[in-house]
Amino acid sequence: MPLARTSSVGLVGLQGHLVEIEADLSKGIPNFTMIGLPDTSVREARDRIRAALVNSEQSWPRRRITINLSPASLPKRGSGFDLALAVALLAAAGVVPASALGDTALLGELGLDGSVRPLRGVLPSVLAAQRAGLHRVIVPADNLAEACLVPKVDVVGVASLADLVGYLRGEQCRVFIGAVAEERPPLPGPDLRDIVGQAQGRRALEVAAAGGHHLYLQGPPGAGKTMLAERLSGILPRLDDDEALEVTAIHSVAGVLPPDSPFVRRPPYESPHHTSSTASIVGGGSGIARPGAISRAHRGVLFLDEAPEFASGVLDALRQPLESGQVTLHRSGGQARYPAAFQLVLAANPCPCASPGGDQSCVCTSLTRRRYLGRLSGPLLDRVDLHVTLLPVTRQALLGDGVAEASVDVAQRVLAARAAAAERLAVDGLRRNADIPGPALRRRWRLARSTMTGVEAALDRGLLSARGVDRVLRVAWTLADLTGAASPGRSELDEAMGMRLRGYAA
Amino acid sequence: MRAKDAIGQYGERVAVRHLLQAGWTVLDRNWRCPEGELDIVATDGAVLVICEVKTRSTDVFGDPCEAVNWRKARRIRQLAASWLATNEDCWAEVRFDVISVLRQPSGAALVRHLEGAF
Repeated sequence: MPLARTSSVGLVGLQGHLVEIEADLSKGIPNFTMIGLPDTSVREARDRIRAALVNSEQSWPRRRITINLSPASLPKRGSGFDLALAVALLAAAGVVPASALGDTALLGELGLDGSVRPLRGVLPSVLAAQRAGLHRVIVPADNLAEACLVPKVDVVGVASLADLVGYLRGEQCRVFIGAVAEERPPLPGPDLRDIVGQAQGRRALEVAAAGGHHLYLQGPPGAGKTMLAERLSGILPRLDDDEALEVTAIHSVAGVLPPDSPFVRRPPYESPHHTSSTASIVGGGSGIARPGAISRAHRGVLFLDEAPEFASGVLDALRQPLESGQVTLHRSGGQARYPAAFQLVLAANPCPCASPGGDQSCVCTSLTRRRYLGRLSGPLLDRVDLHVTLLPVTRQALLGDGVAEASVDVAQRVLAARAAAAERLAVDGLRRNADIPGPALRRRWRLARSTMTGVEAALDRGLLSARGVDRVLRVAWTLADLTGAASPGRSELDEAMGMRLRGYAA
Repeated sequence: MRAKDAIGQYGERVAVRHLLQAGWTVLDRNWRCPEGELDIVATDGAVLVICEVKTRSTDVFGDPCEAVNWRKARRIRQLAASWLATNEDCWAEVRFDVISVLRQPSGAALVRHLEGAF
């Protein structure tokens, strides 16, 4: 049959679109025309396929070849269509039976030797194929484990074009049939046991984990700001199935998935350097924007060490994703929307001299100090619930023989507090205290006036803004969840205010 | 005579023999005018067929007829118009064919005839 069809998937951001590939062989001077909005990398497929066919002991059809990619309005980019294009040609030339290609999507890049190379974004592509009602997806063997995470679809991994041709012809050959891989327990990350002293910092970390609150750590060098931040993702609850699939899809598109155990169960941790550009943090790139650090940190932790050293534009670009939990990036090739519900941890020295002895031995003038911390804009800090000042580690804590609590024990308390919050907030469809909208805090979850006297006084004296009151209330609810109280009392509200007011007066 | 011209002439002889065997009438060979040359002008009954013959001794560089690109096709169309202008017969239909001749190390050459190539 001189006409054949195959299916593949084109990604726009995280969104997969089914692409139908038609190959027509007609009489005339041999040439090759590809239509249907392919970009340069898709056009290059012609030379890869030609070499791959010849080196797989197939012949390049000496006919007038016309390939159409539909829908023609969708821009096609990348090398992922190679396999579908090659098989469409082979089916049109009668080498593989067209009947073997029904209900099947093909993904994969070809090497000149006919090998099938791994791709980025296989997981969202397979998801799109499954949602479009296809029953079988053929993927590069190296992406098999990742593709198998999608339920209700048969996944076949191939390592070379010759193997695929044999498989489609029903011959005996080497293909890998997908099976859900057993999840390996993740390697242990850094443990809270390593941190000496810093009871305040540990408490703030636990509260941040339990309520999903953003955290700002300020303190002299060596106080353990970075160590604390690195240990936050270790005490966060593991991702559930839906969250893990979402996070794995983002990491797949970003190309940062480990090939052997691709399912991301541990909340991700991203710590970009302070010279990073806006595009690398929020996402960017030409054509279709790729996910940035905030999307790779989705459902996990984004840690900005030496926060005042970041360009102010970069920090302010975080404000909108912090509110909405996602980021929409428009580029010439179309718009991409990536989820970005990350937990922000900022760390800063109190001043440029950063004396290890803390504020007592600082040599900076008050103007220098104010200017340094002023680089963190008010609107950004206003979105951070917990402001904690760490003190230098004492001699007794560092050299004494006290044993600090391990991450597993803290994680258990966090899990219990999260469960309590989720149960209470189920009526609103929320799960974390940090997500409670302000009006709900002041109506449905209204506290007795008698417990609120301290907060009211701070509001009257201008120490807290109206938004600051909401943030204090959210943290107070988390503190109540951690202690197992039904609602926050005066002591929880006082502690919450202390965590809000110390570093920065709202 | 250079080697490539010798191969070309060999190919044209092979092509003419192929057409005659198919029962066609060859009207003209190597018709020249200032703009260029038509290899074969033939007819298979009612249709005038302008044939371009490409000959190669190896297909390492692709099929011989792949060498007929859009520029060559355009020139052949213009030459065909000139040929029609200098001949009095009228043709209802004109077709352009490409005959690729692949010389074999021994034995008969491989002939592929693309009807209505452009």
